[in-house]
Parts: sequence; C-alpha cells; structure tokens
Amino acid sequence: MGRIRTIARRTFLIGSAAIAGGVSFGVWRYRTPYANPLLDGLPEGAAALTPYVLITAEAITLITPRADKGQGAVSVQAALIAEELDVDLDQVETDPGPPDPAYYNTALAGDAVPFRSTDDSYLAETARVVMDAPMKFLGIQITGGSTTVPDGYEKLRRAGAVARETLKAAAARLHGVAVTDLRTGRGAVILPDGMRLPYQSLAVAAAETDPVTDVTLRAPDQWRLIGKPMQRVDIVAKSTGTQRYGIDMNLPGMVHAAVHLGPTQGGAILGYDARAAEQMRGVLRVVPVEGGVGVIADNTWRAFQAAQAITLESGSSPYPADMAGHWQALSDSFTPDRRDSRLRDEGDVGKALAEGADIEAEYRAPYLAHAPLEPVNATVLVTDARVDVWTGTQIPRFMQKNVARIAGVDTAQVHLHAQMIGGSFGHRLEDQVVRHATELAMAMPGRPVKLTYSREEDMAHDFPRQIAMARGRGRVTDGRVEAYDLDIAMPSVMASQMGRQGLPVPGPDLQIVAGAWDQPYAIPHYRVTGYRAPELAPISSWRSVGASSNGFFHDSLLDELIHAAGADPLEERLRLCNHATSRKVLEAVGEMSGWGSATAPGRGRGVALCLSFSVPCAQVVEVTDTPAGIRIDRVFVAAEVGRIIDPVNFEGLVRGGVIFGLGHAMNCQITYADGATEQQNFDAYQGMRLYQCPEIMVRGLENGDKVRGIGEPPVPPAAPALANAIFAATGQRLREMPFDKFATFI
Amino acid sequence: MQLTVNGTDYPLDDLEPDMPLLWALRDVLGIRGVKYGCGIAQCGACTVHIDGEAVRSCQVAVGDVWGPVTTIEGLGTPEAPHPVQAAWIAEQVAQCGYCQSGQIMQAASLLTGNPDPTDQDIDDAMSGNLCRCGTYPRIRAAVKAAAKALKEA
Repeated sequence: MGRIRTIARRTFLIGSAAIAGGVSFGVWRYRTPYANPLLDGLPEGAAALTPYVLITAEAITLITPRADKGQGAVSVQAALIAEELDVDLDQVETDPGPPDPAYYNTALAGDAVPFRSTDDSYLAETARVVMDAPMKFLGIQITGGSTTVPDGYEKLRRAGAVARETLKAAAARLHGVAVTDLRTGRGAVILPDGMRLPYQSLAVAAAETDPVTDVTLRAPDQWRLIGKPMQRVDIVAKSTGTQRYGIDMNLPGMVHAAVHLGPTQGGAILGYDARAAEQMRGVLRVVPVEGGVGVIADNTWRAFQAAQAITLESGSSPYPADMAGHWQALSDSFTPDRRDSRLRDEGDVGKALAEGADIEAEYRAPYLAHAPLEPVNATVLVTDARVDVWTGTQIPRFMQKNVARIAGVDTAQVHLHAQMIGGSFGHRLEDQVVRHATELAMAMPGRPVKLTYSREEDMAHDFPRQIAMARGRGRVTDGRVEAYDLDIAMPSVMASQMGRQGLPVPGPDLQIVAGAWDQPYAIPHYRVTGYRAPELAPISSWRSVGASSNGFFHDSLLDELIHAAGADPLEERLRLCNHATSRKVLEAVGEMSGWGSATAPGRGRGVALCLSFSVPCAQVVEVTDTPAGIRIDRVFVAAEVGRIIDPVNFEGLVRGGVIFGLGHAMNCQITYADGATEQQNFDAYQGMRLYQCPEIMVRGLENGDKVRGIGEPPVPPAAPALANAIFAATGQRLREMPFDKFATFI
Repeated sequence: MQLTVNGTDYPLDDLEPDMPLLWALRDVLGIRGVKYGCGIAQCGACTVHIDGEAVRSCQVAVGDVWGPVTTIEGLGTPEAPHPVQAAWIAEQVAQCGYCQSGQIMQAASLLTGNPDPTDQDIDDAMSGNLCRCGTYPRIRAAVKAAAKALKEA
C-alpha cells in the first residue's frame, strides 16, 4: 500500500496521463448505468468519478476504499474488481485511496428506511432509492452496517469491466486490430496471434483512450474467483509479523504521545498538576487536550508513565454517576411522550392482552466496550502547508473535516494515509484519538506525533454499545403463540454518534427497534414499540448496533411464549415464520443439529433466529450443565446472504461473530461508578477464551435475490440461543446480560 | 546492558532497566511484529520467546531478560515461514491479525515442549492469548496441523 499517497488528490481524480516523475497511468470513470431510471440517481454534472483501478508502467493497483478492520474488506473488494479485470490477486497491489465523495456508500442507505428488509414493495424500493441521494450528497464514505459487499458487488465488478474494455480498446488502436478479436487473461490483453500485452504496458495508451462504459457483467457461471475459496491478500503478512498497523507507524523525527483523560466521559477538566510528569525522563511536552491532558515523549512507554503521573481535577459526569441511575432512566422511559416508533402493530394486541398475559418479563442489556486488540492510535504531522494523518478509520471524510477544524486549515489540506486496523467492531466509527493527536501535533509542528491510547484509556473512554431494557408480554392459545408485545427503551445510538459529528438525525431512530420490529414472523397479534430514553453515557455503534441487544430481547420473549404454549421451539418458529429464506435457515440449523433427537443428560439445545442487516441468521446452541458450571459444546449456524464471495472468509466471519456474541453475553459489561468506567482492561472484560470456544458448524445459504454482508448478522442470535439452551438444560431463564451474574461458565 | 534478539546483539546502555521488554523491542529497537494489547499480561499479543520459552514481554523488565530473545520476525519470514506460520497461512487463521504474532509464538513454544498436544493441552497453553475477532477454531486447527507437519519434518 502507499503508492497513491504520492499522487496529488486532484490529479488522481481527474485522471490525467501525467504525474510527477513522468509516470503515466489510466484512471477509469464510469456512470452507473442502472436500467431502472429511479435507481439511476446520479444527475448530470454530478456524475461520480469512481476510480477503482490504477495502472502504471510498474503496477496494477486496485482501490479498496472500505476500511479493513480484519473482516477481509481489502481482499473482497479486490476480488470483485479482479473478477472482471481478468487479473489474479497475486498480480495486484491494493490501496485504500484518498477520502473522496466518489466513494460514498450506497448500501448503507438501504437500512435507513422504515421498511422491513423482507419488504420488496414498490414503496419500499422507492424509499431506498430516494435515501441514496442524500448519501451521495453528503459523500458519506463509511465502512459499516455490513455493507461493503452489497455496496461493491456490482459497482466494483463494473469498474473492473470498464478498465478491461478500455485496455482492450487501447490495444486495438495501437495494434490495428478489432476489439472483438482481443481476449484478456491474467493481467494482459492477448492479441489474435497469442502475443500478451501486459496491462502495465498499455497504461499510457489507455490513459489517452475514452473509457468504454458500455459493458456487460459476466454471468456467475463464468466467474473465476467469486464463490471459490480465496487466499486473503493479507494472510502471509499477518502470519509472519510483517503486517503493519497504524500503531506501528514510524517516521523520521517521530515522537510518541499518550493521554490521561478525565475519569468521566465528557466531564469538565477543572485543573491538572503535571509537575511530576514534566520532570520525567524523555518528556518533551505536556499539552491540554479535549477532556484531558496529553504527554509527548521520546517513546511510548515513557509517555504512558508520564501521563499516569498527571493528576486531574474533573467535574461530574453529564450522565448518572452510577448504574442504578442509568437503569432507572430506562425504566422511566416507557411513556407515551418518549415513544419513538411503533412500526409493527398487527392484529389487536390491546384486546388480546386485555385479560392478562401468560408471560410478562423484563430483559436487560448492558453497555459494552468495543475493545479491539489494537488500541486506537493516530500519527499526525502538522506543517505550514498541510496536515498529514496516518490512522485507520471507518469515517475518513468526517475525520478529515474534524482535523481541519482543529488545525485551522482547509479540509483539502488534510491528507489521510489509511492504515490497516487491528479490529474495530465499530470503534473506528469514532475519531476522538485523531482529534487528540491533532491537538498534540499542533504543539510540535514539523514533528510527526504518534498518539497511542493505553488499553485503560481506550476502554474507559470508548463510546460503548447502548444500554437497553425491554418489557414483553404475550399470550398463548391451544399450544400456539397468539399475542406478542415488546417494548424497548434505549438512548438513541444514532443521535449520540452522529451528534458528535455535528449531524442532526431527524425522525425516529430505527436502531432502537432494529432486530425486533422487522422479524420474519406472522403472529396474530404482534406489536413492537420503541422508546427513546434520554441521552445517558455517550454511545456508539457496536457490531450489529441495535440488533445486538434487540435480537436477545425479541427472541427471548418468543422462546418464553413458545415454552409457555408447550410447543417445540423450532417447530413453532417455523410455523410462525412468514419469510421463505428465513424458514430455510431455521430448517438448516434444525437439520444440522439433529433437532429433536435425544440429548445426553444435562445437555440442552436452544434455537434463535434474528434477521438483521437483511440477513436471516439462525443458530442452535448446545450446552451441558456440569457440576462446575455451564459448558458451551456446539453451535450450528445458518445464514442467508444471497451470494458468498469467499467461502473461507465467510466461515471465519460467521464463527467470529458467534464467538463475539457468546463471549459478551457470558461475561462482559461496562459499568460506571462515580461516573467513571469500572472496567479498564481485559482482566475485567474477558470475552471468550479459547478453552471456552465451542465447535461451530457453519452453513451459508444463497437462496436470496440480493447479495448481503456477513460481518454483523451472526452476532444477534448468539445470546438468545445461548440463553434458550441454558433454559433447556437447567430450567433457569436468563433475562439479563451478562449471564455470568447468574450462572458460572466453564 | 545488552539484548540478543533474533540472533543480533544490541547494546542498550542508556535504557531504564525497568522498561518492559515490549517497549524496548518496539520503540527502541524498531522490532514491531510484537504487539501491545493490554500491558498487564491479559491478552498475550506481546508474546516472545526468551531462551525458547514463551513469555509476555510487557511483564519482563528489559534489565531482567535472562537469555536470547526471539520475536515473530525471528521465527520465520514470508519467504521461509516456520511450520507454525505455514499452518497459520494454510488455515487462513487471521482476521484482523493483531493477536496472531502472540498466538503463533505461544503455539511454537507449546509444540517445542510437547510435539503431540492433546485438545486439553492446546486449551491450557493457548487460553491466555485473547483473540477479539474469534479465530479460535482455526487456531486449534492450525496448532494440530503444525504439530503434524513438525513430526513429519
């Protein structure tokens, strides 16, 4: 990576044939030629330049603008381009490219409209298209919402095809042959006599050729790469210690920084004493930053030590000082004036429950840290002419704007050099560390300053997953679930998160009910209501966002009702399910797990389904109630994604999502005492360890008509499937996460 | 004070002896395959070998290092990977990859002392290494594949 960074942004976008040093290259533009005029939302004059392929005399570089946090985004984006470009992944370089409006995320808009993903009606489809326009206008280049594959599936293949056909046109012109007589293969145009013209040799001619935009994408049976096992482009580097992450940045003259932030999130800093720190070895500067104090030193450890030696006097937290206050705020939010949405209201729930409920229960989900293993970091260099930022981010354009504001420069003067990310789970949708690094770098102009948060600062000053509470009621009749009524209260993640970027979020926050209102069931009396709790601790998107708590709430209540009805948990879900592809994932896990067969003594099976990010994912968890505690033995997972790009990566992401969901459900929570985060390192925030990891069997289904991403959907069903299994094994119903408050896990 | 890392001797005369080995490697010697994850021996990302034994380099003061140090860079290279690294590549273990240097160093140490580990041995040896992406099933598979490859070598 890195070649693009030396190319001026403007030059890159316009696609000139000449750049500094005399190297020539071609840049391909295209206008998305959707057949549906509604979908063809790009107005004249605003045609997006979408440069995804860069060819120089030396190399073929594929531009992969979605951030790679470990989910394999670089490989999958490269494979989609390479499929049509007729190159293999071992022939190309990849580069994240510069932050640019051309790289807006279309697919993200699809989840921002109030239609169930199962709803293909004209109205729903139209709303999805209309939402796309503001995304383009804002140029929201975001990595998130499991959208990298849906967003790029056609766009990137088309970019590869445009590049291929333009290279062929250039070759035809140079050699005086008809385009129809040319073939391509393994990075070369092949002349009728068999002579191979490597793409690199055609760079100059291609840059002078009008892009060929009238291309037809290949049918799936012609694919060489998609759907077949691939080797990720980063796998060798990541297995040999040679992969460089943002935290590994090293530049000439670079200095190292740490921060000591106030104990609360957003509490005022009333004063600080850094006299001891200033005397410590290696300390170069002590600099106040937003919400705390930073230290610049000559290495990271000395900066950490000095930051710890600073004492802070801080004001109280802008949210309740302890957890009782947070839960009380949620409990008080189930009121008409706080009602945010009631997008599902079928039958007559009020009447059905007028004579009482068979089940009435309250569920809780705690704040959770993202805690990727690479602590957040950023390297910033402030000079007279520009600001350079080396970091991994999911929000490059917001970050650029924030850095520009702090440094007092134009956005165009902020140059991002995107770095590989050591895990995120949504953490890098925030840019606080970059803002702090900018403040510190401004104190030492001309010197690159690398700020690394200590694990403690990273965890204590994460913007955690929302805290949430749900209250459910329901009735059963003749062995069937008859009425289902779920109320969910949480603060608005979108308002908190986007508010920090200065963006208003009008209307209801669909994340308050995501993973609950949109589930694929037909229950005679069925209602899901969202309540917007007041803003509490600042929160942010955490892998699967609203569905991470709501999937647990929705499926747990359903499971309780099914047991109350005396029905079989899988059979009754299948009976209620009204969505063909969701039925298939339920049937798949039933078959995989041998559902209904006898289990060993002490063993229990639980099933759960959650449809999130348009992906139905079902899981069967098997646990054993041993004398020492609960052991999770096996998990069977099926998910419907329309098209699996790389089965190897697919399986890894599904298993990882299950482990993420199970681990946090077992033993993770973030709590506040005196306004300060109580869990600050992995001793108090364990997650799943290898010895606890069950066998996980994965099946991907491709029955749907749309391609979907798999980063998030395996997370929501894991917790309810585990709770349902524990109920089956022990008779104990767990309604609050983390479950280790009530059960021991081995 | 002197350190031997991956076969090279480095004089470290002007260093605080209480600086953790992790930071001496990363920031002083520029050996960055070793990772900082927690600083309190809870994640294992900083695992290196001292005299062949897996240790958490965030917990070893540089002044207390008792033998030659091997980091992931000294175990093998992209061109000539160690059998454990080759197994990690073949199984495509890594997602974000940030913990994997530590995982691989821990696994290599396990297999040196125990060429034929049981599932329980693998659980016992590897559970101090945290993976937030959840690559544990493939870590187990890669350790077993590496054990087989080492025996056949």
